[in-house]
Amino acid sequence: MTTTSELDLAERIASATEPMRILGGGTRPVGGAVPGEVLDVSGLHGVTLYEPEALTLVVRAGTPLAEVETLLAGEGQRLAFEPADWRGLLGTAGKPTIGGMVAANVSGPRRVQAGACRDALIGVRFVDGTGTVVKNGGRVMKNVTGYDLVKLMAGSWGTLGVMTEVAFKLLPRPETVATLLCEGLSPEQAVTAMSDALGSPYEVTGAAHHRGSGRTLIRIEGFAPSVAYRAERLCARLARFGDWSPIGEGGGEWQSVRDVVAFHAVPGDVWCLAVKPSEAPGVAARAEAEDALFDWGGGRIWLRVGEGTDLRTRLGPFAGHATLIRATAETRARIAPFPPEVPPVAALSQALRARFDPRQILNPGLMD
Amino acid sequence: MQLPRPNAEVIARKAEIVARLRAVLPPTAVIDDPAETRAYECDGLSAYRCPPLAAILPGSTAEVAAALKICREEGVPVVPRGSGTSLSGGALPTSDSVILGLGRMNRVIETDLANRFIRVEAGRTNLSVTGAVEGEGFFYAPDPSSQLACAIGGNIAMNSGGAHCLKYGVTTNNLLGVTLVTMAGEVVEIGGPWSDAGGLDLLGVICGSEGQLGVVTEATLRILPKPEGARPVLIGFNSNEVAGACVADIIRAGVLPVAIEFMDRPCIRACEDFAKAGYPDCEALLIIEVEGSPAEIDDQLARIGEIARRHDPVELRESRSEAESARIWLGRKSAFGAMGRINDYMCLDGTIPVSALPHVLKRIGEMSRGYGLDVANVFHAGDGNMHPLILFNANKPGDLEKCEALGADILRLCVDVGGCLSGEHGVGIEKRDLMVAQFTEEDMEAQMRVKDVFDPDWLLNPAKVFPLKASAARRGA
Ligand SMILES: Cc1cc2nc3c(=O)[nH]c(=O)nc-3n(C[C@H](O)[C@H](O)[C@H](O)COP(=O)(O)OP(=O)(O)OC[C@H]3O[C@@H](n4cnc5c(N)ncnc54)[C@H](O)[C@@H]3O)c2cc1C
Repeated sequence: MTTTSELDLAERIASATEPMRILGGGTRPVGGAVPGEVLDVSGLHGVTLYEPEALTLVVRAGTPLAEVETLLAGEGQRLAFEPADWRGLLGTAGKPTIGGMVAANVSGPRRVQAGACRDALIGVRFVDGTGTVVKNGGRVMKNVTGYDLVKLMAGSWGTLGVMTEVAFKLLPRPETVATLLCEGLSPEQAVTAMSDALGSPYEVTGAAHHRGSGRTLIRIEGFAPSVAYRAERLCARLARFGDWSPIGEGGGEWQSVRDVVAFHAVPGDVWCLAVKPSEAPGVAARAEAEDALFDWGGGRIWLRVGEGTDLRTRLGPFAGHATLIRATAETRARIAPFPPEVPPVAALSQALRARFDPRQILNPGLMD
Repeated sequence: MQLPRPNAEVIARKAEIVARLRAVLPPTAVIDDPAETRAYECDGLSAYRCPPLAAILPGSTAEVAAALKICREEGVPVVPRGSGTSLSGGALPTSDSVILGLGRMNRVIETDLANRFIRVEAGRTNLSVTGAVEGEGFFYAPDPSSQLACAIGGNIAMNSGGAHCLKYGVTTNNLLGVTLVTMAGEVVEIGGPWSDAGGLDLLGVICGSEGQLGVVTEATLRILPKPEGARPVLIGFNSNEVAGACVADIIRAGVLPVAIEFMDRPCIRACEDFAKAGYPDCEALLIIEVEGSPAEIDDQLARIGEIARRHDPVELRESRSEAESARIWLGRKSAFGAMGRINDYMCLDGTIPVSALPHVLKRIGEMSRGYGLDVANVFHAGDGNMHPLILFNANKPGDLEKCEALGADILRLCVDVGGCLSGEHGVGIEKRDLMVAQFTEEDMEAQMRVKDVFDPDWLLNPAKVFPLKASAARRGA
């Protein structure tokens, strides 16, 4: 089933009798198995409004992310949260769409400085599970008019409604990028160094460490003289951890972190953890992972573990949460991909879903 | 302002309700003497007043939970209150309600510089959060002008912003977690010292919910390293259009100042008379602030200056010292005080797409003449958040009503050009009935469903945000 207009989508949902699996580009098959027919929304296509001087973009949800990124690059702007492409990681084809990216709240390394997808999202239109069209937020950066359903929709994986149009706050693309590389640090040393860098006034926009290669990367962006100054300061400040060499833009390096390239085409389940950075090395060690990629200064850990590992049981309690991103269907049926919530939070989430999708027809079970 | 009919049964049972609250709270934490409850009869929007049934000042999350449980059982509405600086009547009581003041809960619970967060009780003032970490070179970014007084709980409820949000975002972008007590008295931990929710982003909808979903008792906040320095430039123009075009060009050039403040002629004049900041005599004034090392600041100010000069400014004054910076900010920071001295005023808070600025200022001018009331504009130009100040005379019969009507027209204009009713002050009681200008019934229904989930009896912060008609069935009215 495909749809090309919001009205048509609303009618289809209103008249649906069976659950539906909502599909944008189909590049992020995460979560529990969803029964029912596919509802393909990639036909909701096109940019509704782009005002570079207001740093604002409004775009239909099915529009390919690549198309949007090209358009913005043409004006020297971008989605600052650096959305990842998970095709290599998950072995999927197809084109990532804007709606899928928002539904998964996908952010990349720059999240440490520029915020997540949900932070850049300033407006949504969606069709809820009753087939009603709802709008929330708008196209302006500051807006506290009524409850913020925009944030609620980001990362809701289509379980509250099907997004048809979204609005973003954009940022300018910097003139210059510099990356500092340090080799041979342990995760403990790397996280301490990254925390130091992120706690400095030098506006670090990326801080990542790959255990497998022992490489630690730190990124700064801006106007050339400023970047040169901050790079020099950071090298001096972080010298006690090791030698930091500037490797230019390091474009490929950051794309590798963003898309978790180290785990592409290597067997094993992939987990994504949100933790307190200082606890990241310990958590990763307890995980007995085959490989680990620390992003966000250690605040996010990508772990590759043996197939079928029940990582949460292995880790025990820790401050944060773990999501199973890549695993066989059998494993995902056995181990809940999304982090189990404490009872009162689970009750609130369930009740919200029951209100927005009373018949449980939108991606039912995906986040359970 | 229409308030729902108070629950006479609740008012009649006041003594029992107060006695039950006294049983779970320290003696000084329950206030029911009308002479004392009057202190809570209004917030920063003092045109509306109503003393509550009682006020309570719990000292811990457990006390908040115990009190809410009782209120729920007794069917008593509860109005959470931080410091009462809301400009939209967000903390206005109803006569059958209990004010729950967070003022006693102001401790720092944990400071973690390596992981860049601080956990505080919700009654702590905004500025004192920064105060707790600035010695170590950190700060809490959202900086409402009321930051000396307003509380973190109020900031979360209103998703407050400040002059520096162009770069750092508003409260929601700097909030990591909360302890929320529901109306049922249940204590819920949401989020924590890590980034992003593992499931639905409940934190995202709690922030900005105007105290209607639960009482926030503790919050985990992102703290940031302080920049090396900051300096403003002041640029005067002969028309609003040109000032607007200059802002657009700066943004297009990829410069991202921390603040771009805009003042129009009536505002410039009032501030100048009041603060003697040495502002030029012109139609529009921009104060643009950038951050970094001295050399980085020079570089950015040079870029901004080059762009501004293409627009023939009547004055361009780059700050070279702390003293000069203070002078440039002096007038802007005293804008409200300046207005307050010459007149009563009402401060609006709509947001518009920045591209609509010249058109909106022109229309506001026309409306102002139509109503015969002066309007001065201060404006966060980088993000489109306008603060038109309507000047009126509270002692002149009919002036307040005229002022409210003009305010409503201006806010409708904001919505018509693609903006919204409130950029940072919230809907509260003030803009409740204007919600229909921005939202359809379905849009509001979706929001009210969230309220149904968190507060099924609709007891928390009654009569705010949603038009009474829209919420009537749910309130059992
Ligand atoms: C001079 C002046 C300048 C201002 N400048 C700005 C500005 O620059 N930017 C800006 O955004 N705002 C500004 N404001 C508005 C106001 O200061 C903010 O809305 C502020 O966040 C309110 O905080 P408060 O503690 O005073 O909250 P209150 O006024 O006490 O309450 C505000 C709302 O929050 C709810 N609430 C309070 N505490 C809690 C809690 N713990 N849990 C749940 N709900 C709670 C209340 O029920 C109410 O709905 C200004 C106000 C004044 C008077």
